[in-house]
Amino acid sequence: MKKLLKHRELLLVGIIAIMVAGFATRAPGFATPGNLANIFNDTSILIILALGQMTVILTKSIDLSVAANLAFTGMAVAMMDAAYPGMPLALLVILAVGIGAVLGAINGTLVWWLRIPPIVVTLGTLTIYRGMAFVLSGGAWVNSHQMTPDFLNFPRLPVLGMPLLSWMAIGIVLLMWVVLTRTQFGRATYASGGNPTAAVYAGIDTGRTKFLAFTLSGALAGLAGYLWVSRYAVAYVDVAAGFELDTVAACVIGGISIAGGIGSVAGAVLGALFLGVIKNALPVIGISPFAQMAISGIVIVAAVVFNARAERRAGRIILRDRGAKEVSA
Amino acid sequence: MEMAPIQDSRAAERTTILEMRGISQIFPGVKALDGVNISLHPGEVTALIGENGAGKSTLVKILTGIYLPSDGEIFIDGKPVSFASAQDAVDAGVTAIHQETVLFDELSVAENIFLGHAPRTRFGLIDWKTMNARAAELLHVLESEIDPTIRLKDLSIAQRHLVAIARALSVEARIVIMDEPTAALSRKEIDDLFRIVEGLKRQGKAILFISHKFDEVYEIAENFVVFRDGRAVGSGRLAETPQDTIVRMMVGRDVSNIFPKVEVAIGETVLSVENYCHPTEYRDISFELKRGEILGVYGLVGAGRSEICQALFGVTLPSSGRLVLEGQTVSIRSPRDAIAAGIVYVPEERGRHGLALPMSIFQNMSLPSLARTSRSGFLKAANELALARKYAERLDLRAAALSVPVGTLSGGNQQKVVIGKWLATLPKVIILDEPTKGIDIGSKAAVHGFISELAAEGLSIIMVSSELPEILGVSDRVLVMREGLSAGIFERSQLSAETLVRAATGNA
Repeated sequence: MKKLLKHRELLLVGIIAIMVAGFATRAPGFATPGNLANIFNDTSILIILALGQMTVILTKSIDLSVAANLAFTGMAVAMMDAAYPGMPLALLVILAVGIGAVLGAINGTLVWWLRIPPIVVTLGTLTIYRGMAFVLSGGAWVNSHQMTPDFLNFPRLPVLGMPLLSWMAIGIVLLMWVVLTRTQFGRATYASGGNPTAAVYAGIDTGRTKFLAFTLSGALAGLAGYLWVSRYAVAYVDVAAGFELDTVAACVIGGISIAGGIGSVAGAVLGALFLGVIKNALPVIGISPFAQMAISGIVIVAAVVFNARAERRAGRIILRDRGAKEVSA
Repeated sequence: MEMAPIQDSRAAERTTILEMRGISQIFPGVKALDGVNISLHPGEVTALIGENGAGKSTLVKILTGIYLPSDGEIFIDGKPVSFASAQDAVDAGVTAIHQETVLFDELSVAENIFLGHAPRTRFGLIDWKTMNARAAELLHVLESEIDPTIRLKDLSIAQRHLVAIARALSVEARIVIMDEPTAALSRKEIDDLFRIVEGLKRQGKAILFISHKFDEVYEIAENFVVFRDGRAVGSGRLAETPQDTIVRMMVGRDVSNIFPKVEVAIGETVLSVENYCHPTEYRDISFELKRGEILGVYGLVGAGRSEICQALFGVTLPSSGRLVLEGQTVSIRSPRDAIAAGIVYVPEERGRHGLALPMSIFQNMSLPSLARTSRSGFLKAANELALARKYAERLDLRAAALSVPVGTLSGGNQQKVVIGKWLATLPKVIILDEPTKGIDIGSKAAVHGFISELAAEGLSIIMVSSELPEILGVSDRVLVMREGLSAGIFERSQLSAETLVRAATGNA
C-alpha cells in the first residue's frame, strides 16, 4: 500500500487502463487507438486548465475563476474575429493568452496585495468575469457562421495523425513540466505551499509566487478560452459553466494536495484523463447524463478520501516532532 | 543539584489538597519532568519558579489533563486520581488561567465564561437568564461590574483577563493554576489581580502561581518550588528563604564545564547594530559582533530576543536603527536581502519555520541558495545535489538518499538539514535561535562543538538561548535582554549565572 501511494501516478495509469478495458467489453470500439485519441483530444482543454489550477493549488491557493475567465476570453476573441475578420489568428491567440493573463493577474494582485483568501477572491471574480462576458456580448451568441474559417479550423488541423488541439495540450504539458520542475519559480510554488513560513525564511516571496501562479493559470485559461470557442464553434455567456470544478477535481484525483506543496504534472494530467475517460465512456455504455454526474462526484469524493489518508500518513512525523518540542515549552 | 530541599517546618500541620508524587514525563529523546513532588495547600499560593524549559508548562499540562504523565501519582484529598482528559481535571476541581487566554471575540462575556458548560433549560436549550445571572455573580466576586451580555471584543485587555479568570472559576474549582498571569498586565492591573488572588485564598482555594518575576512571587506567594531541567530542586516557605538562595537553585552551580569553550581568535568587527527600535517589541538595542565571535543573547521568553533577530534577518522591520555590515550600512527589508548580505537565521521551530516536509532533502537544502545554483531562472539539479552532498557529509546527515522527503527523517537529521541549508548560503553572520531546544544532552554537546567549529572558521555567531549553561558555556559575550530593552552586555570574564539571571529578571 505504501509503495502504491508512492507511485500514485502508476496507480492512476493502471486504474485508467482497467477502466478502458472494462468499457471495451461493453462497447467494442472503445479501446481502439482512434477512439482513445478522440478522448485525449476531448480532454485537452481540461488538461490545460488543470495544469494552471495545479500551479495555483501548489501554492496553497485555489482558482475558481478559470471557467469564467475562459468564457470571457473566448467571447472576447470570438467577437473580435467576427468584427474584424482580417485579424491574423496568431494575434487573436496572443490576445486570448494576454487577456487571460490579465484576468489572472487581477486575482493574483488581490491575493498578494490585499491578502484576501484566494477562495473568496476567485469566487468573486468568477461572477465578475462571467458578468463581464455578458456585458461585452449583451447576452448575444457568436455563432460558427460569424467566425472565420481559420479561427474555427486551427485546433482541428491534423498534424501527424492528431488534431493540433491535442498537440497543443502535449506542448503545454511539457512546458508546465519544465516550469514546475526546472525553474526557480516552480520550486518556489512547491516551497510556498509545502511550508509558507520556511519559504519566507528562505528568501522566497510567497505573495509574488502566488501572483505569478494566478497569472499563469489565467493565461492558460485564456488560451483555453480560444480553444473552447473554436472547438465548439460557438461563444455564449454560459460557456464552460461549472468547469472550474472539473479542473479542481482533476487535480484532486491526480494527487495534488489541496493543502499545497504536493503534486506532479503527470498526476494532474492523469487526473484529467481519468475524468475524460469516464465522461466519454458513460454515454457509450448507456448511462444517463444525470447518473454520470453522480458517478463523477463519487469518484471525486473517493479520490479525496484516498488523498486524505495518504496525507495523514505524512502528518504523523510532524506530530512526533511537535511532541518533542513541547518539552521545552 | 546538591542543594538540599529546605525543610518546611510547618508541613505537618497543614492540610494538603493536591499532592503529586514522583511525576515524570518522557517525550521521545527528552525527559521533560523527572520524579517531581509537589503539594498544594488550601488558602495558600505556591509559586513555581524556573527557567524557560525547566518543565513548568509540562507540569501544568499534566495537572490540566492534557498530558498523561509517564510515571508518578497524583492525589487529591489523599485519594489517587488520574486525568485522562481535560474534562477529568475539571471534574476533579483543577482549573487553569493561561498566559495567553483563549477567548472568543464575537461571543458575549457570559458565553465566554460558560462555553462548553452553559446552564441548560428543561428542553436542553441554553438557559440565557441563568447563565447571565451566574456570570454577573462570578464577575461580582472578582469586584468587576462588566455587563455579561456585551461582546468580548468591546472589552479592554485587563477586562478580558477578568473574564478568563471568571471562566476558570465558573467550574467548581479548588485548585487554581495561574500560568504567568501577569505577563501582559500593567502594574495597576497586577495589583487588581493580586486582590483577586487574595480573595481566592480566603475562599480556601489552593493556587499554583507560575512566574518569572521575583518581586511578584514574594508579594503573593507563601510557598515555592524551583524547577531546573525537569526536576524540583528546592521547595519551602518564601518567608524563610532569601532571593539569592532561589536564584542559585534556579541556575544550579557546576554548569560551565559541561560545555567546554573552544578558544578562537576573534577578529575585526563584522556587524554592528545601532539603536534598533520597534514600536512594541524592543527599543534601543545596540551591539557589535566580531569575526569568530559567539554572542549569546539571553533573556526570558518575551524579552524580545527572537524579535530582534528576526529584524536582523528582515522577517520584521525595525521602526528605526542602523545596521552596519563590514563597514557598509546595509538596509535589510526581506529575508532575501539578508541572505544576499550574508546574514542567515536558523529559526527555533524547525518544523514550522525551517523545512518544507514534503520536499526532498536536497530541495530543502538548496532553497535559499537557488540564485547561486541556478542559471537564468532554470534549476541545475546537478549543482543542487552537489551542494546538498557537501553539507550532508559535513554534518554527518544520515539518509537513504538526498531525494527522500525531509518529513521521513528523524528530528536530529531534520535539524541537520536546516543547519546545512543555511551554511550552504555561505553566510558571514549566522543567527541561531535556541539551537538545542528539545534535544537531548548528548546531541547538545555535538551542536555546541559544531558552533565552535563555525566560529573557528571565521563565522560570526549570534546564539539566542534560554538555557543558562549553554549561554555560559559557549558565548564570548552575552547580551541580556529584559522586556524589550538591553539589560547589559557582559564580557566572558564577567559571566556568571547569577549576574545573567539578575539582569534578565531585573533583580539588580
